[in-house]
Amino acid sequence: MREWAEARVEDAGGRSTVILSGPMVISSIGHLDKELRAMTAPVQQIDLSGIGSIDTVGAWTVWRFASQHDAQITGATPEAERLIEAVRNAESTADITPPRSSIFIRVFEDVGHKVIEQWHGTVRVISFLGAIVISFFNSVVHRRFRMRALVRQMELVGVASLGIIGLMSFLIGIVIAQQGAVQLEQFGAESLTVNLVGRLTLRELGVLMTAIMVAGRSGSAFAAQLGTMKLTEEIDAMRTIGVSPMEALVLPRILAAVIMMPLLGFYASIVAIIGGATLSELALGIPFFTFLARVQEVVPMYDLYVGMIKAPVFGLIVALAGCYQGMQVQGNAEEVGLKTTQAVVQAIFMVIVLDAVFAVLFTKMGWA
Amino acid sequence: MNERADGAIFAEDTDDEIGGHYDGQYPIVIEGLKNAFGDQVIHDNLSLKVRRGEILGVVGGSGTGKSVLMRSIIGLQRPLEGTIEVFGKDIVGAPPEEETGVRSRWGVLFQGGALFSTLTVAENVQVPIKQFYPELTPELKDEIARFKVTMTGLAPEAASKYPSELSGGMKKRAGLARALALDPELLFLDEPTAGLDPIGAANFDNLTRELADTLGLTVFLITHDLDTLYTICDRVAVLADKKVTAVGTIPELLESDHPWIQEYFNGPRSRAAMQSALNARGVDSDTGLGA
Repeated sequence: MREWAEARVEDAGGRSTVILSGPMVISSIGHLDKELRAMTAPVQQIDLSGIGSIDTVGAWTVWRFASQHDAQITGATPEAERLIEAVRNAESTADITPPRSSIFIRVFEDVGHKVIEQWHGTVRVISFLGAIVISFFNSVVHRRFRMRALVRQMELVGVASLGIIGLMSFLIGIVIAQQGAVQLEQFGAESLTVNLVGRLTLRELGVLMTAIMVAGRSGSAFAAQLGTMKLTEEIDAMRTIGVSPMEALVLPRILAAVIMMPLLGFYASIVAIIGGATLSELALGIPFFTFLARVQEVVPMYDLYVGMIKAPVFGLIVALAGCYQGMQVQGNAEEVGLKTTQAVVQAIFMVIVLDAVFAVLFTKMGWA
Repeated sequence: MNERADGAIFAEDTDDEIGGHYDGQYPIVIEGLKNAFGDQVIHDNLSLKVRRGEILGVVGGSGTGKSVLMRSIIGLQRPLEGTIEVFGKDIVGAPPEEETGVRSRWGVLFQGGALFSTLTVAENVQVPIKQFYPELTPELKDEIARFKVTMTGLAPEAASKYPSELSGGMKKRAGLARALALDPELLFLDEPTAGLDPIGAANFDNLTRELADTLGLTVFLITHDLDTLYTICDRVAVLADKKVTAVGTIPELLESDHPWIQEYFNGPRSRAAMQSALNARGVDSDTGLGA
């Protein structure tokens, strides 16, 4: 059990004295402090002769009480006096949190800030895109192309994700074939499963799922890497040396994503078709190679074009969101997490919006 | 003993060592310490005793494991061999729950301040208070935060600032305020004056000495700063050859014939620091007159 500090009031000749006892330290003062705060009757004297050890919190409590009641402190040991002196000199009434305005003002303020911020954000993204284009031409003109960085990023974005994207696509192929077969069976059109798997994966799902996976894997990594580099002033250091962070960090990442996305999307589509073929061999009774041969017959070439045109655009969006958010980090570690999340959410959202736009566009073009 | 209904809740589940007081002579006793990262041995058979109430400066070349030593004492680095006793309790083998009793009695200032970046300075100071003493009233917690901030020489307004709004020196002071939040008996400072300008460093040295005297602290101070050594340290421990090669006052160390110690204390920078420290006390360094 802990020993608590205690207070006792004694009245003698019209003077009331508060007699304190027990250890006046942070671990034992909790209850005494509440008691003293509740005491409103006038007190003329505080007797410290009965206290045990004392620390700054004890000294503060005594001094605060004394100055509130204009009371005299007696019986203090030299140590207690020294501590009381120290805390007295350190008194302050400053705010401990930044001032906050009333809720009505805050609501409007926040909404206003959000609107303005949205506008500024739009401008910044566009200028970021412009800066990327400029630095791309700059590096082409000056032949300052960072091949090593590009290859490294291509490896990280592309090669390193082959396993996970392959597995994901294979499973998606299986699920489409299986679910499609169940529904089409009702019309006796089981053989159309091939059309479903082939066209859907090449046109839509291969690229879309890959973009989502790349946003989660690489877009977030871009944001976190660049954000951390901003916090540790690495990016500032680069600028002072004369290395453009755009050329050295952003461009390789953007190009890597733009180059690798079509390759990954194509790979994902193929693996998904193999997944569908595997399932149809095992569960639907359509032989594996028959399935593949049928894919060749029923899938028009433009389905591949649709996918391959979308892929680099998605790659650009994902990398742009990641790098842009990373470069926006400032202040503290929490920002890195925040911007990383934003990068992924924005990337996936934009990819899906654009996918819808593309769907309408290609249908109008007659590539239905 | 208090028989309060609300007090009992805290008293029941709290280690009675929280907020205890140490009266022994050596708050830190290290014996036969061995630390290694992979094949690289940092400390081998290192022993050190820190006296109560002293400011012990710890020096050593880069990579001699000054910070690792501090991390071992505060339980962040598990040593391979050896015992470390803080306030007479074994830290190495102690289960984490028992450690908390000790944790409330030391304060640590990390090199970069290590302030929690999402909290204001005052809220940073309140973190350890809330952790160990939830029974304190919010008013008292706020008041404690305020006077701790002011005591460490920060402007009162700094209490409501976030760490990212502070300069390097202010961050150190804020870190010190947090380290002192629980009125610890033992204070660990990892290169407190590194990165400060000479005036800021001298102020911080004075502050450390003043607080140590006022609050009766034992200070374990890692430093590269020769001025700090000469002006505020009672004793200096030298880390070299994987152990504490020598401990003593600077005059005692000067008599050692260890090459590193000789080079360290007889270098031009050291001589200048010593001269200025002696001048400040009005002593002539050649004759020793006026001491």
